[in-house]
Amino acid sequence: MEHSLKSQTHVADHPRPAKNYLNEQTGIWSWMSTVDHKRIGVMYLVGVLSAFLVGGIFALLVRLTLLNPQHMLFGKVLMTADTYNRVFTLHGAIMVFLFIIPSVPAALGNFVLPLMLGAKDVAFPRLNLASFYLWVTGAVMAIFVMIDGAVDTGWTFYTPYSTTTNGSVTMMTMAVFILGFSSIFTGINFVATVHKLRAPGMGWFDMPLFVWGIYSTGIIQVLATPVLGITLALLALERVFNIGIFDPKIGGDPVLFQHFFWFYSHPAVYIMILPGMAIISELIPTFSKKTMFGYRAVAYSSVSLALLSFIVWGHHMFVAGQSQLATVVFSALTFLVAIPSGVKMFNWLGTMYKGNISLETPMLYAISFLLLFAIGGLTGIFLGTLSTDVHLTDTYFVVAHFHYVMMGGTVIAFIGGLHYWWPKMTGRMYNEKLGAIGCALVFIGFNMTFLTQFFLGSKGMPRRYYNYLDQFQPLHAFSTYGSWVIGAGMFLTAGYLLASLRKPMDAPDNPWGGTTLEWKTSSPPITHNFEDQPVLERAPYDYRPEVVSHQ
Amino acid sequence: MSSSTVVQDPHGHGAGHDPHQQHHFTDMEQQFDTSKIGMWLFLSTEILLFGGLFVGFGLMQARYPQEFIEAHEHLQRPLGALNTVVLLISSFTMVMGVLSAKRSDKSKLVIYLVLTILCACIFLGVKYFEYSHKFEEHLLPPRWYHAQPGDTVHNPDGTISHGYGTFFAFYFMMTGLHGIHIVVGIILLTWLVVRAQRGEFSKSYYTPVDLVGLYWHLVDMIWIYLFPLYYLIK
Amino acid sequence: MSTHTEHTHEHADHGAGLYVKTLLALLVLTVITVGASYVDFGSGNVVIALFIASIKAILVALFFMHLKDDKPVNAIIAVAGFLFLGIFLMFDFIDFGTRDNLRPVNFNGMPVIVGASGASGAPGAAPAAPAAEPKKE
Repeated sequence: MEHSLKSQTHVADHPRPAKNYLNEQTGIWSWMSTVDHKRIGVMYLVGVLSAFLVGGIFALLVRLTLLNPQHMLFGKVLMTADTYNRVFTLHGAIMVFLFIIPSVPAALGNFVLPLMLGAKDVAFPRLNLASFYLWVTGAVMAIFVMIDGAVDTGWTFYTPYSTTTNGSVTMMTMAVFILGFSSIFTGINFVATVHKLRAPGMGWFDMPLFVWGIYSTGIIQVLATPVLGITLALLALERVFNIGIFDPKIGGDPVLFQHFFWFYSHPAVYIMILPGMAIISELIPTFSKKTMFGYRAVAYSSVSLALLSFIVWGHHMFVAGQSQLATVVFSALTFLVAIPSGVKMFNWLGTMYKGNISLETPMLYAISFLLLFAIGGLTGIFLGTLSTDVHLTDTYFVVAHFHYVMMGGTVIAFIGGLHYWWPKMTGRMYNEKLGAIGCALVFIGFNMTFLTQFFLGSKGMPRRYYNYLDQFQPLHAFSTYGSWVIGAGMFLTAGYLLASLRKPMDAPDNPWGGTTLEWKTSSPPITHNFEDQPVLERAPYDYRPEVVSHQ
Repeated sequence: MSSSTVVQDPHGHGAGHDPHQQHHFTDMEQQFDTSKIGMWLFLSTEILLFGGLFVGFGLMQARYPQEFIEAHEHLQRPLGALNTVVLLISSFTMVMGVLSAKRSDKSKLVIYLVLTILCACIFLGVKYFEYSHKFEEHLLPPRWYHAQPGDTVHNPDGTISHGYGTFFAFYFMMTGLHGIHIVVGIILLTWLVVRAQRGEFSKSYYTPVDLVGLYWHLVDMIWIYLFPLYYLIK
Repeated sequence: MSTHTEHTHEHADHGAGLYVKTLLALLVLTVITVGASYVDFGSGNVVIALFIASIKAILVALFFMHLKDDKPVNAIIAVAGFLFLGIFLMFDFIDFGTRDNLRPVNFNGMPVIVGASGASGAPGAAPAAPAAEPKKE
């Protein structure tokens, strides 16, 4: 089967419509008042990428401060310990709440989900816009927090420090509370959309796997986020009214805060990874020109991950003072939750095996994901094992683990998905050569930065520490150099993507030969997505030759 | 040629559709069912929001069992029971309102909605009495709590145990959050009354009435659990 | 399309009778639960009160909120909310309920920080037994 991707592009293309979702209505008010899921997705994209930039700059500052134990740069101390605490807290909070949680669902998912389902929009378009404005509100509040002196508690706000420290803890928690509602409303929207707005002929097991991933994410968003809301409200009330729930000096229990916090925040990490995995499930079949190996297993694994994610949160609290029984139970359940992830990995590899693989930029990112997520996921098992966790907890090992899964996993998948759907969203192709270079820089820089941190952690370097022993300096320095390589890769990627916007819209409907419904629309799509209601007649990822040759 | 055919329907949905039908739905039934799913998902979030507070209350109660027993004596059981009955009646009037809308009975719908609002206001009135009493007696969170005659548990340094104040902290947080939900409910019900008066609801479209009804029943359900835990547990 | 709009609201119209009966049941249950609270069943009081409250909640959900007549997905969503809340509660009690009552050897009567193992906030009323030897973790 020698269909090159290029040759598929001028088969069955209809003429590019003059009006598409980007130019049909113009003017800033048409964007601010839009209920079109595609426009909302684009606005979210701009927002979360801006947050990523800010969070990334904070990360570079953190690494710069740790370049040497004296925190010196060009003969001056770069920042004090107190400032350092605020910088890494902001890095974490911004990345978690303003970037990664909304990123795939709200930016890419919003755009793609209705198209994939053959729908005209999500179930509740106005609620969708409200979600976006809630995100904006949270972002503005976060900016206030930064100006107001920020917070030094770490993104986890552990008590009693967070109930007693100075700083804008209350304002920060309220910002996160509002961002939580943005997330909840997105979850409600997507779950309802998947239940009710599928095209005729599309049963549950005819949906693209991206949809299964986003749907499972929505379940978590709905069930877990409210508990974060109440946790933050209780924290704020404890600070302001001393209600006596978390602070031991007034009769509270700090571990109770951790239970409340992690009941949300563990499922939250699955809100982060499931959409990333969902993207990979689109990229791998498309760029292997082969149907997904074990479609149902992958679909079921998404839902099981969502459900199992709720019963493992205590593994963040093994040394916090939790009872032995609870600790052992949580550890055992943590081993269980690794299984669905493993299922996906094997199915992705099985899909690639004997596939007709083409290495466009999205696929380069997908392959990077496989390697990096494997490392991240496996090191999670080390942390879930009680005997090793006692040594590794609160060290750089943990930091490396979660960066491998969140950045090496979700962010890599996000960038891959961004490239994949870039032609659909913008009507332009980006420069493939630069794409490959960008991916290489990010991949190399990422491993330089974070593989090193596994060693730092296992040698005993604690996390969140401003000071460190001289013997750790070479590893810290190497990690910092890696952060510069990541930065270079990211800026290059941003550069060529933005540059592509200056070209005329010349992207074909289906540059990659995808089989899901979004590739039936023009690039970019018309405002109503489809001229006529599409009816699904074939399974997704159907790359059998007799099907492809008819396209 | 491709993996899907298209239904020839340039307008995207049947011409002559209900004016309330939004363009991305194929018919009113789909829209109604979807709205219900959305509302139930939202109610689930409320269950977990309040539920978190219930969990916190439960754990604090296990931590300070004696204090919680003594503290709860200060709650006025008859008022709590009255409020329970009032809310149950309001749930009844609400669902009767939905039934009236389903039967296109505009005047009954308005009456039932108004009765529901009335019950809600009575509830808030009773709560106001209860809250005033608490403030007078300094039955408040630990920072402002004044020891009461029946309090037996003390810290080693002689000060009153934190458990009492914590009980009232939770009391205000939970009944307060619940009260906020009642106020929001009153606002929503008033909005419904205005729309109902304008004749906007009938058997072919009464979704907002149904959805607000669901919300209102949840508010009632939360009180169904609040009442025994605070007022009745020994 | 008009057939669709009529079909839409064929939802079961039980009439007011069902709602009246449900309200009466709820009121009766309220009387029962208040009455039961005046009798001392010891720790059974909590169980009885929550049990009756749950029956009331189920009645409201099934009949006032129409879960009985709706498509199952709505009931599944509602149950999921309660189920995961239950998971939160259960694991928290597993932790708090099985904590060791660890105290330093030179314990001199600070307030007891403990879960549901029966100890109250009573000062210095440390149960005599564990103070004898420090427990191993």
